[in-house]
Amino acid sequence: MPEARSAAPPAASRAGPAGSPLARSVLSVLAIAALLLAPFLVDALLGRAWVRVLDLVMLYTMLALGLNIVVGFAGLLDLGYIAFFAVGAYLYALCASPHFGLHLPFWLLLPAAALVAGLFGMLLGAPTLKLRGDYLAIVTLGFGEIIRIFLNNLNAPVNLTNGPQGITLIRPIEVAGVSMAKMHSIGPVSFPSLYNYYYLFLVLTLLVIFVSARLQHSRVGRAWVAIREDELAASASGVNTRNLKLLAFAMGASFGGIAGSLYASFQGFVSPESFGLMESIMVLCMVVLGGMGNIRGVVLGAALLVTLPEALRYIGPLQRSLFGQVHVEPSDLRLLLFGVALVLVMRWRPAGLWPSAVRRREFVAARAAAGDMPGGPGISTDGKPSP
Amino acid sequence: MLGSIYALVALGYTMVYGILGLINFAHGEVVMIGSMIAISVVVTIGTGSGLPGPVVVLAGVGIAIPACMLLGALLERVAYRPLRDAPRLTALITAIGMSIVLQNLAMIVWGRQYISFPPLLPSEPHAVLGATVTGTQVIIVMLTLALMGALLLLIHRTRLGRAMRATSQSPALAGLMGVDVNRIILFTFMIGSALAAVAGVMIAGYYGQAHYHMGFMLGLKAFTAAVLGGIGNVSGAMLGGLALGVIESLGAGYIGALTGGFLGSHYQDVFAFAVLILVLVFRPSGLLGERVAERA
Repeated sequence: MPEARSAAPPAASRAGPAGSPLARSVLSVLAIAALLLAPFLVDALLGRAWVRVLDLVMLYTMLALGLNIVVGFAGLLDLGYIAFFAVGAYLYALCASPHFGLHLPFWLLLPAAALVAGLFGMLLGAPTLKLRGDYLAIVTLGFGEIIRIFLNNLNAPVNLTNGPQGITLIRPIEVAGVSMAKMHSIGPVSFPSLYNYYYLFLVLTLLVIFVSARLQHSRVGRAWVAIREDELAASASGVNTRNLKLLAFAMGASFGGIAGSLYASFQGFVSPESFGLMESIMVLCMVVLGGMGNIRGVVLGAALLVTLPEALRYIGPLQRSLFGQVHVEPSDLRLLLFGVALVLVMRWRPAGLWPSAVRRREFVAARAAAGDMPGGPGISTDGKPSP
Repeated sequence: MLGSIYALVALGYTMVYGILGLINFAHGEVVMIGSMIAISVVVTIGTGSGLPGPVVVLAGVGIAIPACMLLGALLERVAYRPLRDAPRLTALITAIGMSIVLQNLAMIVWGRQYISFPPLLPSEPHAVLGATVTGTQVIIVMLTLALMGALLLLIHRTRLGRAMRATSQSPALAGLMGVDVNRIILFTFMIGSALAAVAGVMIAGYYGQAHYHMGFMLGLKAFTAAVLGGIGNVSGAMLGGLALGVIESLGAGYIGALTGGFLGSHYQDVFAFAVLILVLVFRPSGLLGERVAERA
């Protein structure tokens, strides 16, 4: 312990909670153990339904990290992101279901989904390169809606997508001959389907997080941030803005495609209804609420926004225990409280729950500059210390 | 017809955007609440009392307008004002949150089912120049034109309008010139909401029903219209709304014939969005928008 403390005192004071190397390694061992045991703990404490929620958290984390590349790193506001999720999901559904009688294997379809979704990303990116800000937002929104409407209506004259009924009986993922949908047991421990998906998603999510983190500090990542901050200056400094913006769209889209194909096999069913504008907005909320551009923040945002609506299901029983009867239907109140939560978080933490260090600094600077502007009652509210 | 409703709603979006640079996603919900309130009023006083139909509807409009203005002012004061110097995405998420809140409040108050508008307005068809129109449609179009004229007068001929234009150019400078910026922004929200209330009643009268979920798609289309015309530009919003309505109706009507039955009228929405994307790609600032200078 003493030698750990003397080893790096300045680093420890900067690195926050997990300061000393020993504490850090203990923490990471604990974190790994928690991640590995999570489905068992959650199942035992909260019930099987929550293991499913856990799986969905992983899925949405991948999705949100994909959008984070586009919105958080490169600063391109995309309101139609769910379209890439849909492309991935439908690709998997069409190639691994009785609909066309195709049963291509998972390890082939996953890269294919990433590739095709990436191509769609380029397709969206190419005509919108000149647009900025809100115009870009509205075009991407239109693009998302167009994809959804086509999925909904391409059942006639040639039945491609089976229209609003969607595609059913999608084959579950098999890894090395082990089907994810069946119960397996190793010794005394049994792994139901939801557990299998949990571990698969965990591996892929960690992979996505790793890729995101490596991207963020790479040459490409820094160029994206330059574009976000000032496109004109970036291009004057020799950043190829056109190619890099296309790359951001393609990378983000391919993450979405991977998440989509996983979603299709996990649910065993896809329909156009799951890919509406509200879903796009939800994913965007995860990114912004968590803290745009910060990977940890985005993971936190995804986890919160997936679990919050589920947790709010308990307000029915809560009302009964408080007032003796159910005054308002919990299903009606759920989304209402969700909306209130969104507004409140944005009111008190406008940079997101866990902003990246750079953005937090910008915020404090911007607020100090806007100190005596009219209509700034929010200045004193968050009381963040300036660095 | 549909276009004039889009235009009215688009005005609300474009005015707020012009001043704050904020996409007020909750605006569609204001329209929805306006139409819900009007229907409630019309049903309450319309049944039993022997008042003539138009009077009852006017009473509904008369109550929906101040209610929506209040709602718009409340939105601005509670949700948006605290975030005025926050980044735009923050305000955008807040707007989305308010939209969810309003939608679900309406669902709790008015229920999940469709609410029907009593048939009080004249609906017998007239033939004008080979086209068939109903009295209601004529009223809607006339009223829209009148409201737009009034709004243009307000913006270009009054002190308030001048203050609004000044604020949209530069809030800080307008403040230095003695304009109470907070009050102007509040007014902008209230005017937009009043127009939204009128549009809400029109929609209820036109389709004969209202639903808690109707504001979302309507808001989206209206925003599209505002962008189409050049966002931040009042005349642009009017033109964009009318154009979008016409494009959508004609597109839905003729797309089957044009593609030999390959694509049917359920591609109506695709049409609207495809036109939008084309316009923005070839004329990124909208039909009447001015070129926005690059930030240096």
